[in-house]
Amino acid sequence: MGYIKINQDKLSAKTAQELIELCPFNAFDYTDAYLSINAACKLCKICVKNGPDGVCEFIEDDRPSIDKNKYKGIVVYVEHYQGKPHPVAWELVGKAKELARITKEHVSCLVIGDKTEDIVQEALSYGVDHVHVYDDPAFHDFNVETYTQVVADFQTRQQANILLFGGTMQGRSFAPRVAAKLKTGLTADCTKLDIREDGDLLQIRPAFGGNIMAKIHTPNHRPQLATIRYKMFDAPTKQNPHGTIHHHHLDKPLAASSIRLVESLPKADIEDISDADVIIAVGRGFKKEKDLELIEPLRKKLNATLACTRPLIENGWFDARKQIGLSGRTVKPKLIINIGISGAVQYIEGMKDAELIISVNSDPDNRLFEISHHNIIGDLYDVIPELNRLIDTLT
Amino acid sequence: MNIITCVKQVPASSQVDVDPDTGVLIRDGNNVKMNPYDLYALELSFQLRDKRAGSTVHTVTMGPPSARQVLLESFFMGGDEATLVSDPRFAGADVLATAYTLSQLIRTIGNFDVVVCGKQTTDGDTAQVGPEIAEFLGIPHVPYVIDILNVTDRGMRVRSIYDAHDEIVDVAFPCLITVEKGHLVPRLPSYRRKLAYRDHPIGLVALSDLVDPNPDHYGLKGSPTQVEAIFPPDKRTESVRHTGTKTELAQTLFDLLKESKYV
Repeated sequence: MGYIKINQDKLSAKTAQELIELCPFNAFDYTDAYLSINAACKLCKICVKNGPDGVCEFIEDDRPSIDKNKYKGIVVYVEHYQGKPHPVAWELVGKAKELARITKEHVSCLVIGDKTEDIVQEALSYGVDHVHVYDDPAFHDFNVETYTQVVADFQTRQQANILLFGGTMQGRSFAPRVAAKLKTGLTADCTKLDIREDGDLLQIRPAFGGNIMAKIHTPNHRPQLATIRYKMFDAPTKQNPHGTIHHHHLDKPLAASSIRLVESLPKADIEDISDADVIIAVGRGFKKEKDLELIEPLRKKLNATLACTRPLIENGWFDARKQIGLSGRTVKPKLIINIGISGAVQYIEGMKDAELIISVNSDPDNRLFEISHHNIIGDLYDVIPELNRLIDTLT
Repeated sequence: MNIITCVKQVPASSQVDVDPDTGVLIRDGNNVKMNPYDLYALELSFQLRDKRAGSTVHTVTMGPPSARQVLLESFFMGGDEATLVSDPRFAGADVLATAYTLSQLIRTIGNFDVVVCGKQTTDGDTAQVGPEIAEFLGIPHVPYVIDILNVTDRGMRVRSIYDAHDEIVDVAFPCLITVEKGHLVPRLPSYRRKLAYRDHPIGLVALSDLVDPNPDHYGLKGSPTQVEAIFPPDKRTESVRHTGTKTELAQTLFDLLKESKYV
């Protein structure tokens, strides 16, 4: 906690200029020989660490701290659609168990719905210590207002330390609602989680829209909330259940919701890139849509699934479900071949756990090369046609 | 109908680097634009306005004084009113503090039927601020809206897009929606509006003007999450680089696939 104080007496026009140039967020305003900090400041403290000596100073200010010992347990919210749980929940259970070994906490699942028996049993089979259940016909369809009330009720009873949500489309709408209700922090789409012995969750994710990772924590609020994308972690192996089931009912009657689901319209299924073993991913290196035909021989030969980067979705070349990255899908294939992709960090975080990564790009300094196993430094318009000739010789 | 639309100024490029020696962020901060998702939020707002006579679109943003630029752009596209909420004490705001600030601004403006947000921003990428604003205002929200199907005095019917299904939802006013991009076509700024609106007043709201002026609820102080460290992403040490003529490179790639038994 704290703020940045500018010691105006140590400031000159020159040092002010230095600070303006140093700040990555343009948070300094210098007018009439007075330097001020505007709302763009992210408290990154670069001006304190790297700025002119003594001009910027970080002032700590104290405030009462919460008793962290009162909050125990890591809880995974089990999302489901029409009675089927989303597998991201079990991946989060796997991670929660790893974290709980450090803090010696219990791992629980929270299930909200109607006729949830099968989901509860499946949760137990992953070796959780407790399953908390709110089962009621009123919870048949997910409703963000009513479900938020339920989580608030659960938190009042259980005083959880950590609540984890899948970073699905539903989770990304639900978790923030819960965070605001409980007036606590939430970190979206963490790519890595760690924990301190005092129970502080370390949430790591790309930040500031760039190629930077941030380690984020919630030092003075409980519960700590995070969403994590599907396929980031591994589900634990199933085991003999040892956990306990707890049925809960709301203390207060449910406030009526002003959202009413009229109709749910299933979409035609498309091949889910999250489950693919072999992926060919294409990016902005392709100059026009027709050029994608170049990779067809390789795709057929490998029986690969095609995926792409965000700009190609923006071009309208692919269905949005084909996008790899934090704003698309996370993939973990056995093989991924990246063609014409330079690798923004959001993309890299979505595929870096592939077993074998081969990248083709003409720019030797592109970021994707830093995480690929094999880098083919060449223009895709040169290399791929040659490769197609070699593939032709096989048949 | 009174529509409040939230927009944000974001960096035009995501190319941010960390200096490996000093750990300092290197970013071309002068290069900014309107968050691309907000263009769709604005378009949807204008279409909603045009369905009910006498409706207005009031755009709001939180940011440094220079963020007025995105509000001007919203005028040129079709906005009627605009307000900037800005205060040095908002510095260091995380999602909760940002959403709280915007909810306070919306309460201060008052008298609204619909709040419209883009699905997410391209710099934060969290998609969390919209739903949190709704919770702070105590109103329902519908995410990922692509179309307004019907509007009455009391509410509207919208279509939302999810991964494996679409949803048709009825929601009562007042409410908040977040707008998914790619379905509407955002209108371009008009030259005529540019001339008409370039000196149109933009409201300025500071912390002391808000319904809750307690500085502890804003900026870093009001933020439960803290950035403890920033660092460059991991690199793989065992990367192998292959160079050569196009024939050699194709052969290398072919051999790699053969070795790993994919061809």
